Amino acid sequence: MPFNIDAALGIHPQALALRARRAEVLAANLANSDTPNYKARDIDFRAALSGAVAAQGTNGLTLAATDVAHQPGENGAGVNAALLYRTPMQPSIDGNTVDQHLEYSQFAQNALQYQASLTFLGGRIKTLLTAIRGD
Amino acid sequence: MSFSSVFDIAGSALSAQSLRLNVTASNLANADSASSSAGATYRARQPVFAAAYRDALGVAVNGPGSSALASVTVRGIVESQAPLRSQYSPGHPLADKDGYLHLPNVNIVEEMANMISASRSYQSNVEVINTSKQLLQRTLTLGQ
Repeated sequence: MPFNIDAALGIHPQALALRARRAEVLAANLANSDTPNYKARDIDFRAALSGAVAAQGTNGLTLAATDVAHQPGENGAGVNAALLYRTPMQPSIDGNTVDQHLEYSQFAQNALQYQASLTFLGGRIKTLLTAIRGD
Repeated sequence: MSFSSVFDIAGSALSAQSLRLNVTASNLANADSASSSAGATYRARQPVFAAAYRDALGVAVNGPGSSALASVTVRGIVESQAPLRSQYSPGHPLADKDGYLHLPNVNIVEEMANMISASRSYQSNVEVINTSKQLLQRTLTLGQ
């Protein structure tokens, strides 16, 4: 049975990549909290994660195989999360829909979830290392 | 997957907000700079912020598509067109021939509110950078 390191790491690499992407989106919202006509954006994490898991190994960048003996390379975790617009709770008069407190609490929550994913991934890697060393 | 654009985006906000603080400081400092003619009088200034969209590859694009993130740029600084204040003080060395002084159209209350808003935005962007830095450092020690 061929050992697949992607399967051993589970869903966590994709989750980590999506968390990093979401951190970027929320940072962009916070940076533009005073920009007129800027509309706050976010990603649908559940939809994006199931999309990333389904897309694993099907699209994205692949290694070129120029010989029959070449092994098919595994694809990197594809992060292709569509950005949606946040429904404004209290839009300001200049057309800006960023709610600074909401964005900041979401950013903090996302950072914690990123750390959780990191911990899970670190645990999987430690498990693999233990199996390799056998001690 | 990268946090690098977080630093670019939050950094652009830091520079925009610090410019806003500078402009506010200039307005507050000159709130009472009298002048003898309307043309030479200081007028309140405000920076104009705009979103600068970049796609996933870092290429500048026109609008918010399905994947473009925005940093902040300062389009320019505009002078307020509100009427200047004039004050009758014939004894003042800068008074014009009718005895009037021309004073800037700086609204102190607006400037203070502006300053608080800029300071809060600056702080939250600094926190974003700090948090991202910690996450990145933890990522670098993954599996150790």
